[in-house]
Amino acid sequence: MKIKKVFDKSLWVFHVNTGSCNGCDIEILAALTPRYDAERFGVHLVGTPRHADVLLVTGPVTRDMEEKLKRIYEQTPAPKVVIAVGTCGVSGGVFYESYNLVGPIDRVIPVDIYVPGCPPRPEAIIDAFVKAWLKLEKLRGEGGDDGGS
Amino acid sequence: MNEIFEIFSAVVGTFVLGAFSILFGLSVKGIDRKISARMQWRIGSPLRQPFRDVRKLLLKESVLPKNAVSWIYNSSPVISLASLLTILLFIPIGSIPALLGGSGDIIVVLYLLIIPSIAIIIGGYSSGSPFSSVGAQREMVLLISYELPLAMVIFTLAWRLNILYPSYSALSFETFQKFPIWNSVSFLGFIGAGIFLIVILLVTTAELAKVPFDIPEAETEIAEGVYVEYSGRNYAMFYLADAVKIVVLSAIIIAIFFPYNLSPLLSQYYPVAPWLGYTIDILFFMFKTIIIAIIAMTFLRTSLARLKIDQIVKVYWFHLFTASLIAMILIALDTMGVF
Ligand code: SF4
Repeated sequence: MKIKKVFDKSLWVFHVNTGSCNGCDIEILAALTPRYDAERFGVHLVGTPRHADVLLVTGPVTRDMEEKLKRIYEQTPAPKVVIAVGTCGVSGGVFYESYNLVGPIDRVIPVDIYVPGCPPRPEAIIDAFVKAWLKLEKLRGEGGDDGGS
Repeated sequence: MNEIFEIFSAVVGTFVLGAFSILFGLSVKGIDRKISARMQWRIGSPLRQPFRDVRKLLLKESVLPKNAVSWIYNSSPVISLASLLTILLFIPIGSIPALLGGSGDIIVVLYLLIIPSIAIIIGGYSSGSPFSSVGAQREMVLLISYELPLAMVIFTLAWRLNILYPSYSALSFETFQKFPIWNSVSFLGFIGAGIFLIVILLVTTAELAKVPFDIPEAETEIAEGVYVEYSGRNYAMFYLADAVKIVVLSAIIIAIFFPYNLSPLLSQYYPVAPWLGYTIDILFFMFKTIIIAIIAMTFLRTSLARLKIDQIVKVYWFHLFTASLIAMILIALDTMGVF
């Protein structure tokens, strides 16, 4: 894959936990630790959705988190990309039939990149960042808007 | 004709200085991130990462929250950056004298230094988010904590120089530039000035709101605090202001404590053309800025954890105030000629 006109290699990431078992969250942190060091590629964990380009969403969406997840998505300024990390977020995983869930993340907000795995390896998460660059680059080419903020 | 030329050169100089400080500040930020990464055994982001971040922020949407006071919300980043660029007009860079220098410019600089913090406080309150209100209150606490030691350092040293050289303009960076403080005092005063240097380096860390003194934007407790609602262009402005602040504060420390230049030394051995002398001095100034930024910012922020609010107030009002008081007494004894 060739990355020529990327989104300026500066991805600021906001991490949302919608009821995951914490396994995926630890792998996300592992991707930022000195061993994998995602900051090499300009990935930076931010504390507020207003600064984010990428939402890293983990876990099956519980009923309690549905509204909050929607609001966080709307608070993120365009252009933005959503990455669903973990089998739970992609399909519901082992919690698929639980009475307490709304369902996979893409039933609540539009998801651009899926990272399956329970939990996915840090390499897979870094690969998702690369895909997010390409997606953001495309959004910018189309006027940098993906459906309001 | 002469006046027009003066005004013209001041305007051009302001633009050049502004561009220089923004570009240089962003580079210092890049160096800071790289060294911090190497200290943690990481490879870290490339040196031009801050430039990429700013360019990306400028491309993003600037959101105006529904319950924000829009004109204050939008103007406070601009005020913050503009006041910092104004300070640079009063500080000598290398062997180039300050554009607007003169008697009493230190007082102007001390007042202008408060304005970026005030702009952040007002911007935080006007964004209408509980997180940013908490952050603004903390920024206020930080401001009143470090102001006292900072004023003590600068005024004591200015007073000492004014007693030694009453014929030169008091409270001016020019006097500091002409008579480096280390050469003007005896042994006791030397120790006092050393204590003052440590105090002002710690004040710089707080003024930049970096770990361990980053309570106003503590992202793990109050979600970036004062900046919680800022995005896109407005946040890019604060990002640039942060970069320029590094240059400004280092330049103040250089002007007071290390006003040495390389070109007079070199010209003793072989003749140096004026333009070459200026270039060498500016490069030397940049070198000194980077060293001070690394000591006051990178080392502290990488190796320490965030302090609590009450601990920060204690550090400044108790420890650093006591240290400044001792240094003040030492310098007073030096003035009286005890040793
Ligand atoms: S995918 Fe696996 S590790 Fe991740 S939240 Fe679900 S159960 Fe936990």
